[in-house]
This record gives sequence, structure tokens and C-alpha cells, in this order.
Amino acid sequence: MDFLPVLLWSDLLIWALVAVAAASGWLSARSPLLRAAWRRVGSHRTGMGSATVLVVFGVIGLLDSLHYRPALVAPTGEPMAAASRQGTAYSVEVLSLLDRLLASLRARSEKTYSEPLATRAYAKEAIDLRDADGRLRQIRDYPRLKYGGAHLGDDEARRYADIVQRLLQALALAAAIWCTLAGVTVAVLARAGDCTLRAAWRRIWRNQTDFAWNAVLIVLACLLACALPLAGLADDYHVFGTDKVGQDVLYQILKSVRTALVIGLVTTLVMLPLAVVLGVMAGYFRGWVDDVIQYLYTTLSSIPGVLLIAAAVLMMQVLIDTHPQWFATAAERADLRLLALCLILGLTSWTGLCRLLRGETLKLRELEFIQAAQAFGVPDLRIIARHIVPNLMHIVIIALVMDFSSLVLAEAVLSYVGIGVDPTMISFGTMINNARMELAREPMVWWSLSAAFSFMLALVLAANLLADAVREAFDPRLAGAI
Amino acid sequence: MLAYIVRRLLYALPILIGVNLITFALFFVVNTPDDMARMQLGVKRVTPEAIAKWKAERGYDRPLFINAEAAGTGVVTETIFFAKSVRMFAGDFGRAEDGRDIAREIRLRMEPSLAIAVPTFILGLLVSVSFALLLTFFRAGSLDFWGVFVCVAMMSISGLFYIIGGQYLVSKLWRLVPISGYAGGFDAWKFLILPVVIGVVSGIGASTRWYRTMFLEEIAKDYVRTARAKGLSEVVVLFRHVLRNALIPILTGVVVVIPLLFMGSLLSESFFGIPGLGSYTIDAINAQDFAVVRAMVFIGSLLYIIGLILTDLSYTLVDPRIRFV
Amino acid sequence: MSFVRIVCLFLCLLIPACSSEQNDPYPASERGLNILYSAFTERPKHLDPAQSYTEDEITFTAQIYEPPLQYHYLKRPYTLIPATSTSVPVARYTDAQGRDLPADAAPDRIAYSIYEVRIRPGIRYQPHPAFALDAAGQPVYGTVDGERLRAIETLADFPSVSTRELVADDYIYQIKRLAHPRLHSPIFGMMAERIVGLRELGKVLQDEASRLPAAAWLDLDRFALPGVTRLDRYSYRITLRGKYPQFVYWLAMPFFAPVPREVDRFYAQPGMAEKNLTLDWYPVGTGPFMLTENNPNSRMVLQRNPNFHGETYPCDGEAADRAAGLLADCGQPLPFIERAVFSREKESIPYWNKFLQGYYDASSISSDSFDQAVRLGVGGDIELSDEMRGKGIRLLTSVRASIFYLGFNMLDPIVGGLSEQTTRLRQALSIAIDQEEFISIFMNGRGIAASSPLPPGIFGYLEGEEGSNPVVYDWVHGQARRKPLSAARKLLAEAGWPNGRHATTGEPLVLNLDTTTGGMGEKSRLDWLTRQFAKLEIQLVVRSTDFNRFQDKVRKGAVQLYYLGWNADYPDPENFLFLLAGPEGKVARGGENASNYANPEYDRLFEQMKNMESDGPRAAERLRIIRQAVAVLQHDAPWIYGFHPKSYTLGHAWLHNRKPSDVGNNILKYQRIDGGERARLRQAWNRPVLWPLFAIALLLVGLLLPAVLAYRRRERGTAC
Repeated sequence: MDFLPVLLWSDLLIWALVAVAAASGWLSARSPLLRAAWRRVGSHRTGMGSATVLVVFGVIGLLDSLHYRPALVAPTGEPMAAASRQGTAYSVEVLSLLDRLLASLRARSEKTYSEPLATRAYAKEAIDLRDADGRLRQIRDYPRLKYGGAHLGDDEARRYADIVQRLLQALALAAAIWCTLAGVTVAVLARAGDCTLRAAWRRIWRNQTDFAWNAVLIVLACLLACALPLAGLADDYHVFGTDKVGQDVLYQILKSVRTALVIGLVTTLVMLPLAVVLGVMAGYFRGWVDDVIQYLYTTLSSIPGVLLIAAAVLMMQVLIDTHPQWFATAAERADLRLLALCLILGLTSWTGLCRLLRGETLKLRELEFIQAAQAFGVPDLRIIARHIVPNLMHIVIIALVMDFSSLVLAEAVLSYVGIGVDPTMISFGTMINNARMELAREPMVWWSLSAAFSFMLALVLAANLLADAVREAFDPRLAGAI
Repeated sequence: MLAYIVRRLLYALPILIGVNLITFALFFVVNTPDDMARMQLGVKRVTPEAIAKWKAERGYDRPLFINAEAAGTGVVTETIFFAKSVRMFAGDFGRAEDGRDIAREIRLRMEPSLAIAVPTFILGLLVSVSFALLLTFFRAGSLDFWGVFVCVAMMSISGLFYIIGGQYLVSKLWRLVPISGYAGGFDAWKFLILPVVIGVVSGIGASTRWYRTMFLEEIAKDYVRTARAKGLSEVVVLFRHVLRNALIPILTGVVVVIPLLFMGSLLSESFFGIPGLGSYTIDAINAQDFAVVRAMVFIGSLLYIIGLILTDLSYTLVDPRIRFV
Repeated sequence: MSFVRIVCLFLCLLIPACSSEQNDPYPASERGLNILYSAFTERPKHLDPAQSYTEDEITFTAQIYEPPLQYHYLKRPYTLIPATSTSVPVARYTDAQGRDLPADAAPDRIAYSIYEVRIRPGIRYQPHPAFALDAAGQPVYGTVDGERLRAIETLADFPSVSTRELVADDYIYQIKRLAHPRLHSPIFGMMAERIVGLRELGKVLQDEASRLPAAAWLDLDRFALPGVTRLDRYSYRITLRGKYPQFVYWLAMPFFAPVPREVDRFYAQPGMAEKNLTLDWYPVGTGPFMLTENNPNSRMVLQRNPNFHGETYPCDGEAADRAAGLLADCGQPLPFIERAVFSREKESIPYWNKFLQGYYDASSISSDSFDQAVRLGVGGDIELSDEMRGKGIRLLTSVRASIFYLGFNMLDPIVGGLSEQTTRLRQALSIAIDQEEFISIFMNGRGIAASSPLPPGIFGYLEGEEGSNPVVYDWVHGQARRKPLSAARKLLAEAGWPNGRHATTGEPLVLNLDTTTGGMGEKSRLDWLTRQFAKLEIQLVVRSTDFNRFQDKVRKGAVQLYYLGWNADYPDPENFLFLLAGPEGKVARGGENASNYANPEYDRLFEQMKNMESDGPRAAERLRIIRQAVAVLQHDAPWIYGFHPKSYTLGHAWLHNRKPSDVGNNILKYQRIDGGERARLRQAWNRPVLWPLFAIALLLVGLLLPAVLAYRRRERGTAC
């Protein structure tokens, strides 16, 4: 076998999350009420548009969640018997499927900074030249990049033409793919709706379909128009430039996606059950239950968040440091730290939602229909399940989605304070933190920060917009308002 | 009501004890007294005797929670935990590990922290509520749609970008205000204007969207329809009914942070070089000054509890239907 | 419309303000004064001379306290000259019976070294309340009670101040303070080995302190210190055990500065410490400056000491100094500046930008975080960019007396030990890790690759071919050239790891590197390092931890490879070579030799070299021994000698007499400011750009307009 699969803890949780999502999708498909709500989400244009974007991010994240350790190539000419006796040796470097796909991006690192699409480095350097008479001479010039635009050879002037040509090719390909996809969609819709292709096409664009196909198609067009040129150029250029050690920024951006998703999703997974159960119990039962739960969450949440996170992260770090034998690879260490960060963020953020739910339950509890239900002797659990929780769902969903984005953003801040993810792990936070210093340079190095900024914005914005759509669809009170 | 307040204040005691326990447990795992001694004594030429001496002098040579060797109540009282946390309840925070009086330091740093936090908070609240009301007024129109979109876009940008970008544009390119620094008294305004504006702008997105949701919820209620049916103008409906009733959830979210304004903001204080409590905290974490961290955690918790009590009181003030037993 | 009116009003208010600098972070009242502006990143923890040891602190303490000696400002290599003393003391040696020995006596015969310091009469302290005497000659603030302290917040609130002449007793008092049980002086352990009776004094004081109540004053004059005696009002004698020629360097550090007994007593009164009235907060000295404002959170102000005894600018220096204009002020009275304002600047971007705007006169590059920001150009650009040259900014470079290195733990079974195989492995790695590339990428060329622990400027450092490390470099065409990778591969194969695989088992070679987060732990550096190891097909696992944990691991010897650095205490080779001396082993003795390197041959050479002087008749012999020792180190390669950082200081055109100095820290008194030039340039550089304000106002109006229009339309609609 030329690789050894590695299952990191966060991989496990991510795939578990996928399974849970699939299961709950299957369950909600059986309940007419939920099915209707999801239909409403499906007909929401911005919601579906951003869902398309999120799916792309999700796929990147999932591809990056299948890890393995490549086998070390046995040295040629050495006694192979020795190596095979021991069994195959594996690298300590853990790669993912995404790394495999992006192998060219990962391996092609320059010496240091280069601008996006550049063929030469960003700073002058002393270059040794050999004169005609064989003497060495030093000149200062921008050195040629090792990989960026290497296919051009000496003909650097051809760069613009080459880029434009590649762009056009990619756009043409994008258009072709999009037309195919749109055609398939129309055909399927036409068959399902039992009408002509032309009518189906018209219905899509006149917003007469149940599902917001038009939004999906538009976003797809945009995505294709962005992704394909990127892919076309990334082979021979550094599309977003390179960073201080010459690593391709595009590669780092793509790797950051998984970190952001893990932080946003796994944290939510940790805090959700705790917050809902305790919050509702405290608000509904009041009395000593309320006292105990309030004590618990007040104590936890009254410790200033950063300090609590700092202490807990440092504690995990001590634990990790004192047990180096637990981890075969650096990736496993970094992964555990990431997971610890999720847990800690989850523990510090559930209290907010819990308090909110308690407050809302207190308010609901005073309402006539619930007091009436109590007077009729309906069991408490039934009241909670039937009347209270459904009326809280919108708060839960809004808080969750807001949390997703705020968690992704928090990671950046924590990395700035030095208590974020492991410094060897690529994340938006570590990228911003490194890029911060680059702004002070003369001339300014702007590309890492702008790339991190745009991708982070795209991810968080899409999540927020989808959240809005979900909220509008699920909120029983908003449903009739507009 | 009074009984309620008294009860809540009594709660504070066990909470503060709990907070102290957690802080001690967490920080001492990370940061043993030996580590603290080394941190304070420096890196070069530190001998084990010097460390032992330091610990003995600061009272860190005792056991953490339980002193098995002591007799009677000494089992509990002759420990680091007891010695270091009991005094805090009396308002005596002791000295930082570098020998400076913590209470005095906190008093000194409170003013700059408040000077940024209070204007940011008030301006932020005003701007967001009025923006949210505006969006509610034009709800379901294209203005609302794009307004919400802008809000969402604004809240999707990391706070770091606002600070880095704001500093770069306003201070570096346009040279309108000093990049960083602080001066006491009236001179402070030119240092405060940028952090306050950045603080307000970075907070607008999330809070506007949140308030708008609250307003829309209110507006969907029957009494609003009734009011409108009476022929009241939309503006009157918005201000007299919607705003007033939507204040409850807004207050729940907002009142709790008011006392915490004292704690200062970590990011803008360190970026703008403002000597407030936020940067004090960061410095203490970096210097592993446990005495300061402990004091800040204690104060933070106390302020938080006060915030919670204020929140619940504000419920009763705004909505008399809620009563406390 | 009222809104528009408000905007107009606001803009009108701004217009008169446009002419001057809107972004001046200092009060307008300070404009045009003879003030030097500078910044500090880390708040100084201790200003008490017995405790302060870090660079952040010495920036301040060196201007305030005057130890007997100082370094010559301009001369290199660093030369000691008198500060308050009349001359640089020369050691006298005696044997155990107290009989005088000649200066070249064998070190093992020398039982005691005796230094006699004579200070100049007539030197007076800065004004301070502790010196104030009433009519009866008693201290005014001898007994300050809580009632009197109530109105006091800072030291300036004490109405009467006075001064006193500096006497030898003040120096003796401070040396006793090194043993003070509550002060934790970092050099106590070291000095206790040397100064006769200091350890015993420490014990006695400890006993005494435990008898006294917690905050009570410990009068050190009641306790004798046999090794330090007063000869007369102006001179004192220090007796050391054995021979310790490096001791004179310590006499130039604030640890040996004078502390008057009455000041110590003044600060020890009850209630003072609660108000931060301590020596740690308000230092008292005879130096050219005194600390008048101490707010380590934002601003420290040094004001010229009116009682300064006077000193003149040096007239001789290095050859290049005259051309650089550093001798123009020869013979002028010091200090030149009236006040120095240090602002706290934690983030490097604001620091850098304020410097560019002219609000800092020089950017002193001291802490690590600032190093990262001052990028003069991207890549290995050492020169100033055109923009900066246009501004008249000058660049001052000097190689610092420090070294950063990648150490091997010599106790480790894989990389440690003195066997031939592991030595080959270390040598291979020394070649493979390209320090030149590291310096060019991460330091922007602000460093020089090290060949041995000794940095340039330290006695024993060799230039050219004889200084180059023959294990790592070839000498080609008069230049050191790093050996090719093939050489490293060959060494690795000889070490038993051909192509990074164990020769017999085929197991891959995996090495662990421990670093601290933040410093070396930054991702890009780690990526770079991994790549260096990958060149030899060695797999590198980096474990970055917080500083305490890292220290702990090093102490226990639980590391394989680690990154560390060392800043010299004083410019003597002993201060670097002791880092690898066997008796200093970290694990065995808790010393400073973190690699736990112990080579008997090297230890013998080190012992010999340690007790010799760098000048005088035996200098050549010392040099020879150092070269032998360095050759042993280069062969054994217990460290990969990383680099000696260069300090780059940028100074504006109006700042004169700036010369980088690594060990001499009392540099403030030499600086001169051309205030008129500064005012002119600052104004030229800081014209505010106002159009964005108008643009933002327009944008706001543009945003609100559709809302207003829609509202109008709607109102009309409902009205109909």
C-alpha cells in the first residue's frame, strides 16, 4: 500500500456531522410540516444562492477531511530487502485528498514573496552573472521565479497574452459547462412539469418554480466563471501570489476552509444540546432547578471569555506537551488542539444561548395558552415539547447561524492573541495574523490579506444569508408577517 | 422586588467562589508556582534557590487547595487558594507579581477603557436602533433587502480588518488622527475618535440585523394591526408600540454588557495603544502575571453578575407582567 | 435640511484645523521643545537596580543610575571608561594568606582579587524628597504616616525635595541590597560565588527578615559584608574569591549603581508601596536624567537632572566616526536634550507609521515584534528605500553581541553524544540548514551567519578564512561558500542514515524540534525549517509550546533539537563560551549549557581561557586558546551556529550623534535634536487629506436620500 489512511478526530466528527445531517434530512422529509419549511427555504433566492456557495466550500472542506500518510519512496539503489523487512515506512507528514489534488500548488513554492501572476520576485536580489570572459559579476535585479510563469521561458513579455488566452479558454469552458448544466436542469424540470423545454426555461427565469433554480444557476455561473480561470491559471502561475516563504496563497486559502468549517460546525455541535435542555428547564421549572442552572451558566459565563479560553487552551497545550507519545505526527497534535479549541469555544458560548432561551421561556410561560395547558394538567414535558420548544426554534436557529459566522471570525481574533489554532495549522486566523505585518512593508504586500479577506467574507456572508433564509422559513411568527 | 435583589446578590457569593475555584484550577495546571517564579525572575542565571525563595516570599510554597499537614481549619485556610482569594472579597487585590498595587493600577486604567467603551456603546446603540427602525419601516422593499444585505456583509468582516483597514486609511493615508496613543482629559478626543468610529461601524451589522428581527416580530402582532387599523400613522406605530415592546429582547442582550464596559476591549486597546483594562489583561496573560489575571477575572465576574441583575430588573420596568417571586 | 447643516458646520470647523498636523499624538504645548521622542514595546517590570536585568528596563535605568564605570560611546571594541569613578580599577591579587601576588600569577594560586574603586567627589543626586532635611537636620519625611500620605499620589506631590553628595557608602549599600531577601536580584546567586561574604549576608538577612513584620524596613547598614569595605568617604574595596577578570564589566551595570540608604528607608515606610512609591517605580540616581513621569502603560518621561555633575561629549572614536559627523560635538557639555518622552507602542504597525510620520525620532529596534515590522524592503534589501532616503532617514547598523542557534541535546541517543556517527549527523545538518537563506528571508539580511558562538566585536572573533567554519563552509575565491548538499548527504550516510533511512533497519530518521510559540514558532519559519530537513530526506516534527513548558523541557533534557538565543552581558568571550562548558550543564547542574555538551578537551581550554585578560602580555595566548576551543566546537557541532543579528536603527535627519551600541546603554545623554528641522519636516509630511471626509459625507447623503424619497412617496400614498 502506498499510503496509510489516517483518521483524525476532527475528521471523525465532520463525517459524523455529515451523517447526522443526512439522517435529519431523511427524518424531516417524512414530516410534512418540516418538509414545507424546507420547501420555503428552497424557494428563497438568496438562500439558495448562498447554499450553492456553501456546498462548494463544504466539498473543499470534506475533501480536506480525508487524511493519509504517503509511503516514503524507498531510496533507489539501496538494499530494498531491508526496507521491506520493516514494512513500508510512512512519512510523518499527513496529507489530505485535497493536498493530493492540489499537489502542484503545494509543491511549487518560491523562495519568498511574489505578486499575483508574477513571473519575477517582489524584491531585488543580488544575482551572479557570468560575463563573456568567464568572470562572475553581481547585479541587482528582480530574480525570475522558479515556477511562476516558468512555461513562458525567456519570453516573459508573452505573459499578458498568455493570461488573457487562458482566461478566455477558461471562460469558454465555463460557459460550456454552465450551458450543459442549465440544459440538464431545464430538461429535468420540463419532464417533471410536463411542459416544453421553452416553457420550463421561462418558468425558471420568471421565478415560477418551487425551487429557486434561477438563483442556483446564476451563482453557479459566477462560481464557474471564477473557479475555472483560477484553475486554468493556477497550474503555471501563483494566482494569489506567494507568501513570505514562497508558499502559494491560493493553496493556503483552500486549506483554511476546513479549519473554519470545523470551528464553526463542531463547536455548534457541542453547545447545542446543552444550551437547549438547560435553558428551557431553567425557564420553565424555575425554583431550584432555575437556581442550579443559573449558577452553572452564570459562573461559567461570568469568567471573561478570553481569559477562560486562554487558560483552557494553555491547559490543553500542557497536556499535549507532556504526552508527545500520543501523537505520531504533527498533524495529529494540531488536530487535537483544534478540537480542544472547539470544545472550549462551545463551553464558553452555550451560556449565551442558554440565557436567551431561559428569558424567552420565562416570557412564554406567562402566556395564556400555556397557563391554560398547565391548568388542564397537561404534563410539563408535553408542554415543553409541544408549545415551548417549537416557539423557541427560531431563536435557536438564528443564534446557531450567527454563532457559525461569529465563531469563524473569533478564530481570527484568538489567533491574534496567540491562543487560536496550532501555529502549524493553516487557518484564516493565522493567515491574517501573518499578513498583518506585511502591511507595514514598503512596498506593501497586500495579496495575502486581501485573499484571506475575500474568501472569509464569501464564506461568512454565504452562511449568514442562508441563515436568514432558514430563519424566515422556520419562524412561525415571521411566516405571516411579510 | 427588594427580596429578589437581595437573593440575587447572595447568589453572587457562591458564583464568585466558583469562579475563583475554576480560575485557580485552570491557571495552576498551566502555570505552576515554579513557572511563575521563573517568569518573574527572568531567563538568565536563575537558580533553584532563587525560585524557592521567591515562592516562599509570595506565599506560593503552600499546597493549592488542601493542606494535609495543617491542623483543624488550617487544612483549608493554610492553602494558596484561601490565602489568595479570600482577600479579594474584601476588595484587596494585593500586588501584581512585579510588586505593583493592582487596585491602584485598575483605577488608573479604568478611565481610558471607559472613554472608548461608553461612547462606542451609546453611539452604536443609537445608530443601530435607528438603522433597524428605518429598515423595519421599509420592510419587504428593496431598501430593506439591500440594507439587510449590507448588514450581513458588514458582520461577515472580521473585526481585525476594520481596525487594520481603518488605521491604514484614516491615520496613514489621510493623516487625520494620530495612529495610536492616549492622553488624559480633554486631549483624549483625537485618540478616541477613530477607535470609537471603528467600534461603532464594526458593530452595526450584527446589532441592526438583530434589532430588525425583534421589530419585525413585534410588528406581526395583533395589537400592532389594531393600532394601524385605528388609523395611527406608521411612524407613530413604530415608535410608540413596536419600539417599546421590542425593547425587552433588546435589553436582555444589551444591559448585561453595560457593566462589562469597564473591562475594556482587548483588540482596539492594543492596536490603538490605549492603556486601558483590556490591554492590562492581555499584558497579564502574556506576562503570566497570575495575580492580575485573577483580579481581572474576579472583577469581570462581579460586573457580569451586576449586569444580569440589571437585565432582570429592566424586564420588570419595561414589562410589568413579569414579576418575581 | 438640518442634517446637511450639521455636516456643513462640521466641515467648517475642520477647515481651520487643516493647516497644522491633525495626527500629532503629543500635546500642542510640547511643540518646539527640545524633547526626544521614542517608544518602548514591553513595559519595564523593575527599575530597582538590584532587580532590573532586561533590555526593556535598562533603556531607562541606564540613564538614571550611574555605576562606577561605563562604556566609551564611540570606541569599538567596547572600552570601559570611568563614569563616577576616577579611573577603571585594576585588580590586585593575593593568596590565601593575604600576600600580594603579581598580576601574571597562575590562577590557581590566586585566592582573592581586590578591586578598589575611588569615586569623584562633588557628585550630587537628583532632587528627591528622601534627601529633604528640616532645620534640625532631620529628614522631613522620616516618619510619614497614613494621614500625611493621603494627599500624596505621586512622588511630585511631596513639597520639599533636596539632594545629597554621592559617597562610597551608597555603592556599598547597593551591593548589600543584592542579597536582600525581598528583592530577588537575578545576579545574587552568581555574585554570591564571587564576593566574599555575600552568601552569608543573604542567609543572615533572610533570618532577620523572617523575624520582622512583612513590610518592615531592613536596615542593611546593621549588617557587615566582609567582601565590601569602605576605605574613606569616596572609596571602597571589593574582595572577590579567586580570579575573575570579567568583574570590571559588571561594574558598568546598574547592579552596582549607588542607592542611598535614606532613599531605601524613605520608600520602606508603611503605605508607600500601596501608592507605588517604591524604588522600582521612582528610581533615584546621579545620572543625567531622572524619571519624572512613570506610566508604564502609556508614557515614561525622563527629565534632565538639574544636579548632573557634568560630562563632555567624547573627542575620539573609530576611524569612520569623524566622517559620519559623530565627532562634531566634541567637548560639548552633556546632555543635549531637555527631556525624553517614551511612549508605549505595543503594535508594530503604529510604531512604524508614527516613525515615518516623524513622531518618533528614532526607531530603536529591540524587541522581537518590532524586528518583524521594520522591513526596509521585501527580500534581502539592506538599503533604504528611495522613499525613506528622500525623507532623510538614516540607517545605522551594527552586529549585536548575541547569537541565535539551533542546539542539539547532547544527551539524546540519536543526535547527541560525541561518537563519530552522531557528530557526522550534526555536521550534515549544519550544512543543510541554510542560514544565509534564513537571514535573507526572515531577517531581511539583518544578520550574519555564525561560524562559532562568538559574534564580531568580541575578543576571539576571527574574520576571513580562519574564522570560517571548515565543517560547513568551503573557502572559494576569498569567500565562504556553504558546502554543497552532496557533502551533507555523504556525512549523513557516514552517520548511518543514508538518504534519511537507517542503514540496517530502513527506518526513516525523524527528528523533533522544540520551539516556543511566537518567536520561532511562526508558521512560515517552521515550514522553511521543515523544507531544510527535507533536503536530506529527514523528517522534522516541530513541537512548539509556550515558553514555560519549553524551559521545563530543556531543563529536563526532554528535547532533541531546540532554538535558543543569548545576549551578552558583557563583551568578553567567556560570556559566550561558558554556554557550552561542561560544568554549566543544564540537566546536571541547572546551568546555562542547554545542550548539555561536555567535552573534556573543550572544558580544559575553557577553564584556561576564562581567567585570562584580553589585553596585556597574555592576549595572544588567550587568542590561541580560544581558537583551539572554537575548533573543537566546530568539529563537535553541538549547535548549528545560527546567526548574529544586526541591529538596524533608523534615525531621522534631525537626530544627531546616534551610534548603535550593544552593551553601553546610557546613550541618551549623547543624542542631540535639531528641533527646527523636525518641526518643518513634520509639518510637510503630515498635511491631512480631507477629501475622504467630504466623500463620506456625500455617501451618507446618497444613502439616506432614497430613504427620504421613499418615505415622502409613501406618506403621500397613504394620504391619498
